[in-house]
Amino acid sequence: MNKLWLIIKREYLTRVKRRSFIIATLLTPLAFAIFFIVVGFIFQYESDEVRRIAVIDKGNVLQKSIKDETNLYFKFVDTDLETLRSSFDELDYNGILVIPPINEILSKSHTVYYYSNQSPSLDLESLIKSRIRERIRNYKIEALQLDRRQLDALATTIELDPEPIVKGNQDGSKMTGAIAAGIGGLMGMIMYIVVFIYGMMVMRSVMEEKTNRIVEVMISSVRPFQMMLGKIVGVGAVGLTQVAIWAILIPAVIFVTSLVFGFDANTQMEMAQNTPGGAAAMNPDEAEAMAIQIIHEIKNLNWWSIIPLFIFYFIGGYFMYASLFAAVGSAVGDDLGESQSLTIPITIPVVIAFYIMIVAIESPTSNLATWSSIFPLFSPIVMPARLAFSPPLWEVAVSMLVLATSSIFFVWLAGRIYRVGILMYGKKTSIKELGKWLFYRG
Amino acid sequence: MIESVLSLRGVVKSYDKKLAVDNVSFEVPKGSIFGLLGPNGAGKTSIIRIITGITRADTGEIFMDGVPLNNRHPELIGYMPEERGLYKKMKVGEHLLYLARLKGLSAKQAKERILHWMEKFEISNWWNKKVEELSKGMQQKIQFIATIIHAPPLLILDEPFSGLDPVNTNLIKDEIYQLKEQGTSIIFSTHRMEQVEEICEHIVLINGGQNVLEGRVNDIKEQFKEHYFKIDYTGTLAEGIGDHFNIIQSEDKSIMLKAIEGQSSSELLRSLLNYGLEINAFHEVLPTLNQIFIRQVKQ
Repeated sequence: MNKLWLIIKREYLTRVKRRSFIIATLLTPLAFAIFFIVVGFIFQYESDEVRRIAVIDKGNVLQKSIKDETNLYFKFVDTDLETLRSSFDELDYNGILVIPPINEILSKSHTVYYYSNQSPSLDLESLIKSRIRERIRNYKIEALQLDRRQLDALATTIELDPEPIVKGNQDGSKMTGAIAAGIGGLMGMIMYIVVFIYGMMVMRSVMEEKTNRIVEVMISSVRPFQMMLGKIVGVGAVGLTQVAIWAILIPAVIFVTSLVFGFDANTQMEMAQNTPGGAAAMNPDEAEAMAIQIIHEIKNLNWWSIIPLFIFYFIGGYFMYASLFAAVGSAVGDDLGESQSLTIPITIPVVIAFYIMIVAIESPTSNLATWSSIFPLFSPIVMPARLAFSPPLWEVAVSMLVLATSSIFFVWLAGRIYRVGILMYGKKTSIKELGKWLFYRG
Repeated sequence: MIESVLSLRGVVKSYDKKLAVDNVSFEVPKGSIFGLLGPNGAGKTSIIRIITGITRADTGEIFMDGVPLNNRHPELIGYMPEERGLYKKMKVGEHLLYLARLKGLSAKQAKERILHWMEKFEISNWWNKKVEELSKGMQQKIQFIATIIHAPPLLILDEPFSGLDPVNTNLIKDEIYQLKEQGTSIIFSTHRMEQVEEICEHIVLINGGQNVLEGRVNDIKEQFKEHYFKIDYTGTLAEGIGDHFNIIQSEDKSIMLKAIEGQSSSELLRSLLNYGLEINAFHEVLPTLNQIFIRQVKQ
């Protein structure tokens, strides 16, 4: 036990003290910050250029009024189109917008014309369309002498608010589903990355020890199993440390940059509206209310059970896959090509689990999601994704039990392969060969 | 009867279908330097791994100090494998501390002993050097310290001098002798026969997984002697001298003879004197271990 502790300590400390670890751990949040700043600037840059548009409205459909936008100005002119076109180069306009008079008031479709040397950008086009749509609507309302309030009442929005059957149970709001999906996806994603990055790290480290023959020296004072377990635990602790630092630093860095550079979630949301295909039109008040609700929803999630469960699946999944990677590392030594052919059988379930996870956040109670979150090779990725949807207690219990048992089993299995592989040189290893090693006598 | 630090009795180990160790038995006398010899692939490493508890024998018994090998024994053994490595990125001091603590020493004890040995090997200023900055020979010194740091009563050294310059070879050799004086039993595995001849008192020769030869070096040489004699003389060799023995090699004032079956050394000397030669030196030439080794392995 004491020796195992020594090994864990060495594996952990040598990695954490390494310059590359410190740099990667600190630079990743910084990279997030830079990404955030760059994205912010890109969004702001769009409205950088000042554009002036001459509007010819012979029929006075727009009633001389159209709302300007930052850096985009509309000017109503009385000149006719031909004169404007001939003197376009001297005038400081980017384009000429021509609104034909509306002859057929009941027509649903109207065409306006935009004259310019350049075709309008997508955002300009959608902006002009939305502004004119509103004005023409107003024009029609007046022409038809309709009651505006009655009309507004016709535009109906429906919201679905989920409520629990049993009173007093957690009351979700209309956004619970989306938020749970977001958080679930994030957790599944983290698990997926963790399994690969740290599993591979364990494998490479085992290969290195075998290649430079330090195992030969170590193995006379410690059991191979202790070496393997020590490495897995040590590297896992490094992983937890890194994830924990990121969990604190990344939100902190994003918060600070958004304060300093002044673009927060709301402006980003508004920007999204202006881009075609973005969120449906939403006024700033609504956006703010939504942001507050999202934060409220996130706070409302049962973090006291989600975080410990996430850590449990992190440890369980990591142990299972890392031990398999360690077994492969012990079998191949320095032959990277060979390691690839042996890691494929391990990576396939991880990738499948990832895809199931994506489906599971869309329909978290489907049979596929349920069974995959019990099957141990998939559950470390699928179950964390479902945790935010509060899955039934018995499913979580069964899934945890199965994962715990299988992790122990896989660690044991990998230990059997490792103890033979680590001292075996110059032998071509195949899956069949690994199977044989399982039954070697100590 | 000499007390044994280690006894192997009928040890068998096979991997897959390959028999690596085939019914090997030998005794390692306490406090001696014992040569474990054999060509490459003979099964030496397999035997060492069984002794150090890295693998277990399929059948057979192993006793250390008369007690069947158990989990406690690996701590009483210091093993320096032939293929050895260190963590390249670790500092020398840290690395030795780590290996020493894995042998069961306390942090304080380990540090004291490491400093003692580093001073002895005149490498005290290496504590903060990274292993990768050291040459292979320098790393070997570190490995030697790591092997003996817990003062084990049994030391197993597999090719301890490979890659060392003559100065460092002597340094380690002296250390081996000193440890022997202090009562450490040493198993020395190599295929460098001149080293064996110089250092070992007892040997066992393993070939094809089997024990082909075992005993005291002098006894073995005696057993394999072929009655060669080397004579330095003054005078001239008379005609017909070749009837009494076979002349193997003849140089100026020196000949190598092989005695005829049943002829004792006194008879040989007498007949030489009868030919009127003046003998300046007369001694029996025993075979070198190298010759015995090659002959036994080829059989």
